[in-house]
Amino acid sequence: MEVHGELWTLKELFVYPNEYIYWALQIVMYPLMTGLVAGAFVLSSLYHVFDRKELKEMSRFSLIFSYALLLAAPMPLLFHLLQPLRGFYVFLTPHFTSAIAAFGVVFFSYAGLVASEIWFVERRFFVQSAQRLRNASGIANKVKGFIYRAWSLGAYDISEEALRKDGKVIRVLAGIGVPVACFLHGYAGFIFGSVKANALWMTPLMPVIFIMSAIVSGIALCMLTYIIVLEINRLKSKRMKKLLPLEESGGVEMDIIKMTSKYLVFFMVIAVTLEFLDLVFRGYTAVKHWDILRTVIYERDFFNIFILQYGIGNLIPLVMLIMPGLTKRRAIIALILILIGVFMMRWNVVVGGQSFSLTLSGYMHYKIPIIPQNFETYKEGIIGALTIISLPFIFLWILSKVIPLTKEE
Amino acid sequence: MSRRDFLKTGLMVGAGLGLSSILGKDILSSAGIITPKRWVFLVDTFKCVGCGLCVRACKLENEIPYDVPVTRTWVERYVVKKDGTVLADSPYGGRDGYLINNPQGIVVPQEDIAKAFFVPKLCNQCTNPPCVQVCPVGATYQTNDGVVLVDRKWCIGCGYCIMACPYGVRFFHPVHKVAEKCNFCYHRITKGMKPACEDACPFGARHIGDINDPAHPVADIIKTQRVSVLKDEFGTKPSVYYLGYDSLIR
Amino acid sequence: MKSHLLRPLYVVVALVAIIFIARVIVVPSDFGVGEKGYMYGWHRKANEDEWKAFKVKFKNRDFCKDCHVSEYDSVMKSPHSIINCENCHGPAYEHPEEPPKLIINKEREHCLRCHSRLPYKQTERADIKGIIPDNHNPDIECVSCHNPHSPKGDAL
Repeated sequence: MEVHGELWTLKELFVYPNEYIYWALQIVMYPLMTGLVAGAFVLSSLYHVFDRKELKEMSRFSLIFSYALLLAAPMPLLFHLLQPLRGFYVFLTPHFTSAIAAFGVVFFSYAGLVASEIWFVERRFFVQSAQRLRNASGIANKVKGFIYRAWSLGAYDISEEALRKDGKVIRVLAGIGVPVACFLHGYAGFIFGSVKANALWMTPLMPVIFIMSAIVSGIALCMLTYIIVLEINRLKSKRMKKLLPLEESGGVEMDIIKMTSKYLVFFMVIAVTLEFLDLVFRGYTAVKHWDILRTVIYERDFFNIFILQYGIGNLIPLVMLIMPGLTKRRAIIALILILIGVFMMRWNVVVGGQSFSLTLSGYMHYKIPIIPQNFETYKEGIIGALTIISLPFIFLWILSKVIPLTKEE
Repeated sequence: MSRRDFLKTGLMVGAGLGLSSILGKDILSSAGIITPKRWVFLVDTFKCVGCGLCVRACKLENEIPYDVPVTRTWVERYVVKKDGTVLADSPYGGRDGYLINNPQGIVVPQEDIAKAFFVPKLCNQCTNPPCVQVCPVGATYQTNDGVVLVDRKWCIGCGYCIMACPYGVRFFHPVHKVAEKCNFCYHRITKGMKPACEDACPFGARHIGDINDPAHPVADIIKTQRVSVLKDEFGTKPSVYYLGYDSLIR
Repeated sequence: MKSHLLRPLYVVVALVAIIFIARVIVVPSDFGVGEKGYMYGWHRKANEDEWKAFKVKFKNRDFCKDCHVSEYDSVMKSPHSIINCENCHGPAYEHPEEPPKLIINKEREHCLRCHSRLPYKQTERADIKGIIPDNHNPDIECVSCHNPHSPKGDAL
């Protein structure tokens, strides 16, 4: 028998007996996922709210991807909870002085909002498909027809007038959605930032830092997935038609990528600036816990923070994206590096915050479970994290069966 | 609805975060209607010899698996060398006592020791418990007599309370898989008994008391002598007071 | 034809209604704001009684003295009078019904908790009569020479 956390915690020097790394890999995944949700939505809203016409295609895709991510976002929490079957108590007896309970409500309203926006954006498609499949034969088509009829919610009016009204509502929803998305992820940051017991977490900048890096991660993942989906579609059509010479870089799509990457760079600079502001401020004020924080930041976690997060995750992709003549291949590499960087940022906050003891005179080392020995080490180990990462793509694949991800031919 | 009620409800529902503390939750007691018990605890570190019988008794009394290295109460050892080095440890929470002069595994010659002492720790039953504030479902709460309890049937096991406690007293119960911590042996003190750790201590280092009872000797010591609490800077207002505090105590 | 614009809202309202219905079914009626207000007192009232009903194991020496008169008297005259019986004899539970016989802890380590000498002058530990465990009859149980109920003077 062991206590939760004992299997992956190594203690050093003076640590309280009950201290372990209780918030492990799944709590790294959790802000990562909600961040991706928020970021993907903000990207899609840039088109609707701010009329960035160049983002039209990206907008539609990132909205649906945002929803796939949204469905997967609570999963890390369920994996983390020791009593997952009681997870819904958060909605039944919410204690709103807790950031987690408030997060539950915000998350729920946000899910409703995004679902509504998708409904308005895709309504014409739902109705047309429902009508097309009304008298279709075959089980697959019958099921599809049923889904579209259910999704149309009984509203079959797709006249110009009705669609114009839809457009207005979409704009409003996207407008509301941006602050709610920021609020949603700001809350994830607040969950950490408000823990006064933890010297690394407790800063009012935490929610803002989380929002910025969330937008960065969301945009990066949307761009990456968008490029990949387009490439797969092109390969498919090429295989079918067996014509068209191989293009080095796509024409129209590359413009979209370049445009989006400008927004990405913008948010990335803000995120990194805020993180450095936090670091400088801590060093300058140097209160009681700075001694141990310094040893963690500059010595123990130096590689994770300055090499993996800021170097490989921020600096290199930044240079790659702002250098002229962006190619698809370079974009893909830069985007992957950015996602690694955002993951490392979450890691350094969650695990870094627990890598020193509340005694301020001892350390805890997180030995990440690789090969699962039991259910617990599966859930909180690498395999569990990979399960979580794959979920939004599975959901996206399922959604792509009923909603086209790219523009209709 | 009166204006005050309206404000009160609005603040509760709307903001939630920390605002309820300014709403005057002590209306009843300040009006002198009732004076409920308010449990406090006094630790006399001068008297602790590091035998660990308190930790042993606590584990047996409160059904915390004996060989799992988590515990509701524990005893820390501090050995300060003449060169200023502080060696502190608490292997297995001091469950088996301290038999060898080897803090952190380092044998310290007697002539090198500037000072050395033991510090028993337990849940501080804070007046403003951060663990309760952050529980998302209301599974941990403060009773009217000031003890913080965990509802084992309602805890979802998120660990937020464990993270929020500045004293590191909370952990996951290895069997029940919910948050667990010292509750001053609530089942004993509500029957007029003393906590298991106090009964087990031969040297009188631990004492439960009622701060609202002027005749109680523990309340008297806390009110009339120089006592200290741990980590005052967090604003948690602990109910565990220490005699013989030292700034090296973590 | 009525406007379709509110349709998604109906779905959301329906879902919220489901949550409220679930709340009525699942949440016990005594769940609410206790005496300490919403921030610190939001809980299920019955849990307080569940904790009060938790089983007491250690009964204290007053529980022992009426039956074990001579043992009680002898130990109360000795320096070990400060030690509660159950520290060595184990928790009483419902003794003598259950368990009928308590298991006495005679381990050397149990005595050494206090009697292994530690040079910590700022504590009373330094004043307790102590030994260096490795030098003083290692491998022999202390109780084979010393009587814990009357530890002073009558070593065999």
